[in-house]
Amino acid sequence: MIAGVAEDEEKWLSAGIAGLQQNAFYMHRALDSNNLKDALKYSAQMLSELRTSRLSPHKYYELYMRAFDELRKLEIFFKEESNRGCSIVELYELVQHAGNILPRLYLLCTVGSVYIRSKEAPAKDVLKDLIEMCRGIQHPVRGLFLRSYLSQVSRDKLPDIGSEYEGDADTAMDAVEFVLQNFTEMNKLWVRMQHQGPARDKEKREKERSELRDLVGKNLHVLSQIEGVDLDMYRETVLPRVLEQVVNCKDEIAQYYLMDCVIQVFPDEYHLQTLETILGACPQLQPSVDIKTVLARLMERLSNYAASSAEVLPVFFQVEAFAKLNIAIGKVIEAQDDMPVYGAVTLYASLLTFILHVHPDRLDYVDQILGACVKKLSGKGKLDDSKATKQIVALLSAPLDKYKDIDTALKLSNYPRVMEHLDNGTNKEMSNVIIQSIMKNRTYISTAEKVEALFELIKGLIKDIDENHQDELDEDDFKEEQNSVARLIQLLYTDDTEEMMKIIHTVRKHILTGGPKRLPFTVPPFTFSALKLVRRLQSQNENVSGEEAAATPKDIFQILMQTIEALSSVPVPELALGLYLQCAEAANDCDLEPVAYEFFTQAYILYEEEISDSKAQVTSIHLIIGTLQRMHVFGVENRDTLTHKATGYSSKLLKKPDQCRAVYACSHLFWLDEHNDMKDGERVMLCLKRALRIANAAQQMANASRGSSGSVVLFIEILNKYLYFYEKGVLQVTIDSIQSLIELIKQEMSGENTTADLSADAFFASTLRYIQFQKDKGGVVAEKYSPIKAEFAETS
Amino acid sequence: MVLVLALGDLHIPHRASDLPPKFKSMLVPGKIQHIVCTGNLCIKEVHDYLKTVCPDLHIARGEYDEETRYPETKTLTIGQFKLGVCHGHQVIPWGDLDSLAMLQRQLDVDILVTGHTHQFTAYKHEAGVVINPGSATGSYSSITYDVNPSFVLMDIDGLRVVVYVYELIDGEVKVDKIDFKKTTTSNA
Repeated sequence: MIAGVAEDEEKWLSAGIAGLQQNAFYMHRALDSNNLKDALKYSAQMLSELRTSRLSPHKYYELYMRAFDELRKLEIFFKEESNRGCSIVELYELVQHAGNILPRLYLLCTVGSVYIRSKEAPAKDVLKDLIEMCRGIQHPVRGLFLRSYLSQVSRDKLPDIGSEYEGDADTAMDAVEFVLQNFTEMNKLWVRMQHQGPARDKEKREKERSELRDLVGKNLHVLSQIEGVDLDMYRETVLPRVLEQVVNCKDEIAQYYLMDCVIQVFPDEYHLQTLETILGACPQLQPSVDIKTVLARLMERLSNYAASSAEVLPVFFQVEAFAKLNIAIGKVIEAQDDMPVYGAVTLYASLLTFILHVHPDRLDYVDQILGACVKKLSGKGKLDDSKATKQIVALLSAPLDKYKDIDTALKLSNYPRVMEHLDNGTNKEMSNVIIQSIMKNRTYISTAEKVEALFELIKGLIKDIDENHQDELDEDDFKEEQNSVARLIQLLYTDDTEEMMKIIHTVRKHILTGGPKRLPFTVPPFTFSALKLVRRLQSQNENVSGEEAAATPKDIFQILMQTIEALSSVPVPELALGLYLQCAEAANDCDLEPVAYEFFTQAYILYEEEISDSKAQVTSIHLIIGTLQRMHVFGVENRDTLTHKATGYSSKLLKKPDQCRAVYACSHLFWLDEHNDMKDGERVMLCLKRALRIANAAQQMANASRGSSGSVVLFIEILNKYLYFYEKGVLQVTIDSIQSLIELIKQEMSGENTTADLSADAFFASTLRYIQFQKDKGGVVAEKYSPIKAEFAETS
Repeated sequence: MVLVLALGDLHIPHRASDLPPKFKSMLVPGKIQHIVCTGNLCIKEVHDYLKTVCPDLHIARGEYDEETRYPETKTLTIGQFKLGVCHGHQVIPWGDLDSLAMLQRQLDVDILVTGHTHQFTAYKHEAGVVINPGSATGSYSSITYDVNPSFVLMDIDGLRVVVYVYELIDGEVKVDKIDFKKTTTSNA
């Protein structure tokens, strides 16, 4: 059925075009032979095709464009006729004899155009005549197109100021009057379109109508182009008349479109000076008009205008633009009680953008808008409208983007209250936006008060807001989000140590509310942040002695002890062990023996009770030995206890090679270059011998189970340790012991059961090469090495 | 000519929020052929970032890396050079050159890259080089006070390697250069 209509329409259009072309053909012939009478006859017949009522506006437009092209040719002919001496006034009379009104008016407009150009009569009189005559067509589509034609042919001939068609009055009033009248009539025709035809086709008709809107809007564009329309005329005549028509037509489509048109075509400074008028029209529009978009566009334009040059800003202040917009928006929101939250928030977001451009220094305005937003949202709880939440995110992001400084946002008392209304997911998203903004601008949050406010703001990330509601968040997303928080903790910083201590307390208070899921992310950055403060206090104390400091390293260690302990609820023993050891070393640097010992004790307890994975044990034991090796604060007794334990753990590792390596690493606990009281060659040797025994055992196990020598590399490692301590002057490491170890390795490598081990071969070769290198060095070193026999012929 | 970026001990997010922006703007994709990383990134986001700088990424595991599958040590051959990378917390005493030299002999490499101390160092040792690129974020270290962010770029060309050290000192990037030539006789 619909296809049938479309088909028919296509047919009618073709017929119309055919008729039009046929008559155009005869018209051309008449034009070529300067036959005025025939030219008028055929052009009138040609234009009769536009009398059809069968075509949709879209098809009618196609037909109209063809006629329009032909009329251009006719107009040129008329021009030539008048040049040839034919009276234009007579021509103007002549075309009025055309039988049908529509062709007659098209011809009249065409001649009228030439008439104005000839200046035989004032433009304003001809235009007045034409526009009066056009009233004769009241059919909406035909009338619209006819008037559009009139507008088209007259737009360059308006009696504008400075135009060659300017009248005596020294005003563009006649031009404005003409265009306004045409605009008004066209709009009426356009609005009337919707009442034509059956009600069931309403939707289709509205679509068709929308296609024609630019014909009407074009008039506003012409108005904006008239030179003589200065601010006064715009304010006194143009805007009131346009708005009058807009308001009175009571048509939703027309009102929305034309309001937007007015905002888009006229200059920014005019809008600024007539804000009250245009804003005053808004509440008078039909309730169904999408007023928020209209206003948002207006504010967007004004914001951009303000951003374009600092010079225009005083005008904004002078006309009190913000106050006017604020009141207007308030009224709109109040009047449209059923306006969705989304709409209201969109308006607030636009107004906020406006403020940020025009009054960046007025934080109170920003807060006022957020406050108004809170009011609108009050009693609504968490929003579940995704469009509204999106707007709130935009609203809250705008100040961050503008000020590039979280400090400013933290001063806005209503900011967190708006955030309250975001659902948990979006709330976190917004928190992330805040963190990203801080990171991007590398802003340090430098007082405990601000840190407190910030944590309040992003509490959605810091703790479970709704304890009954289990988070179904993806694990990776959770990680990413908590890593952001961890990064953020690095930026909670000030050079002022006293204030920094307060920040530490604040951060600790908040992260401890995070629960076992979050602690592994937040405790490490907290720990290092605190240790950095310890460092600073340390150097301060060196500089200013005597004065009692407000915060002491001891206090911080106490806090750290308790905070790291909280990790036991997770549990993440390896992480906690690493942190305890970091603290132990820091305490060592502060000469706090009991504190360092306590941290070590905690690390050992974790090692003994919690760390059971063999790989984790290996890493942990390396950290324990490595840290312990660096400790100088311990007295003999404490040190003995700790080293004894460490060697004990080492020899209890699961895999023999791991045992062996850890045990020889322990040898370093007994020989510290820069501490003469910590040089115990006996115990170094004990470690190395024990390592050798373990390597032997490993070798035997490998032989038994796999028939291969997997562990020869351990012997080479131990050989290297022998050489190391031999060079350091450990008397217990003798030439003989080195020599026999070399022989042992050679033997192992050439043994019958030995499968080739290229990496062990290379290791041994480079070790022997090292010995040779030391021999060749000369001096004391060479002397030490010269007795060692180390040829490596048989290995390669 | 091959460019190898060596860096590590970023400790993000435990001890630093991010790489210094000045470093980030220098480390543009497409210029570097290989990355050797001494570990302690510590999180996947950093791994992904390094991948964007250069997809050929070799990482040894640091004690704080969330990814536990990184190896303890890794070797690779670039041109005429054999490189080894290890975080270094396994080599006790930490940062001790003689102990690192032993690891170098064990891995049988010309260039050994290790980290952990957050202190940039480059030593010519016997027939090879031991390099510590420091901490790319200049993060806190129990071993080194006042850490400056640093990384190393190695320009490997035939038997020659030029080691460029980039260090961020008071907001300015300082570059230092160390030349190293390999003698053909070693590692025959």
